[in-house]
Amino acid sequence: MTEEHDHSGNPPQPDEDRLAATEFEILERALRELLIEKGVFTADDIRIAVEAMDRKDPANGSKVVAHAWVDDAYRARLLDDSKAAIEELGIDVGPAPNLVVLENTATLQHVVVCTLCSCYPRTLLGMPPSWYKSREYRGRVVVEPRAVLREFGTELADDVEIKVVDSTADMRYLVLPARPDGTDGLSEAELADLVTRDSLIGVTQPNAPSGG
Amino acid sequence: MSDQEVAPAFTAGQHVQVKTGDPPGHIRTPTFLRGKSGVIEQLHGVYRNPEDLAFGGQGFPKMPLYLVRFSQTEVWDNYDGSPKDSVLADIYQHWLEPGAE
Repeated sequence: MTEEHDHSGNPPQPDEDRLAATEFEILERALRELLIEKGVFTADDIRIAVEAMDRKDPANGSKVVAHAWVDDAYRARLLDDSKAAIEELGIDVGPAPNLVVLENTATLQHVVVCTLCSCYPRTLLGMPPSWYKSREYRGRVVVEPRAVLREFGTELADDVEIKVVDSTADMRYLVLPARPDGTDGLSEAELADLVTRDSLIGVTQPNAPSGG
Repeated sequence: MSDQEVAPAFTAGQHVQVKTGDPPGHIRTPTFLRGKSGVIEQLHGVYRNPEDLAFGGQGFPKMPLYLVRFSQTEVWDNYDGSPKDSVLADIYQHWLEPGAE
């Protein structure tokens, strides 16, 4: 690829791998190469582990929420012992830190953040969105949660209480959104389709059912 | 309680104050909550101390970890929202002391 082709006068964005490696990247590479050379694990083992993490999907969370919406006894178990209740549905959460499910209602909205880094229920939902890890979100949502939610298109009435939950240590949090109105006739699978990743973090509500 | 585990000193509903100070190391207590007063929402359990784990230690004795609720108006001087709003965080016991009601 030539550097001289036309970008309509705009400067080309530098390739990520042309930026100088950070100290931690160099450390990771050195350690990884040593461990492979010593036969502790293979490059293939690393790829398999990365693929297993990439396969985790917010759909796991949607499935849990939809089941809690249709089964009150399950919802009670989910709020009481979240990890056990999630495993009941055949979802493998692995050797995860403890999961806590936070129930939203018409008058209470939970929003999850990790102000210190990017703690997120990865073993259930997969990798966090990049905005979740941004300094902007982490810094602002604890100070002005209503303004941040408005930027996500979420308007909360003044009398709705907001609890911003900062996962600073060993617990990981998942929001159980309130079931949208007008969903009485929907199947569990149709309900799960309404539950978005962002509603599991608490910055939005689940989608409304499509008219019909 | 064994010497490998510190007994919980607080119960749900109790008022606590987060200690101040800025020690070096891997601290899981956010700066914006240091010195603030809150209420214990629940005891999560006892966990190995991350401040020790981060530097190759085994994290013993295990420390009680609490979910602590802080009123937003207590945390920020000019909080622009409902007085009912709160921010909650997981705080280890050695960062907490009894607070005033």
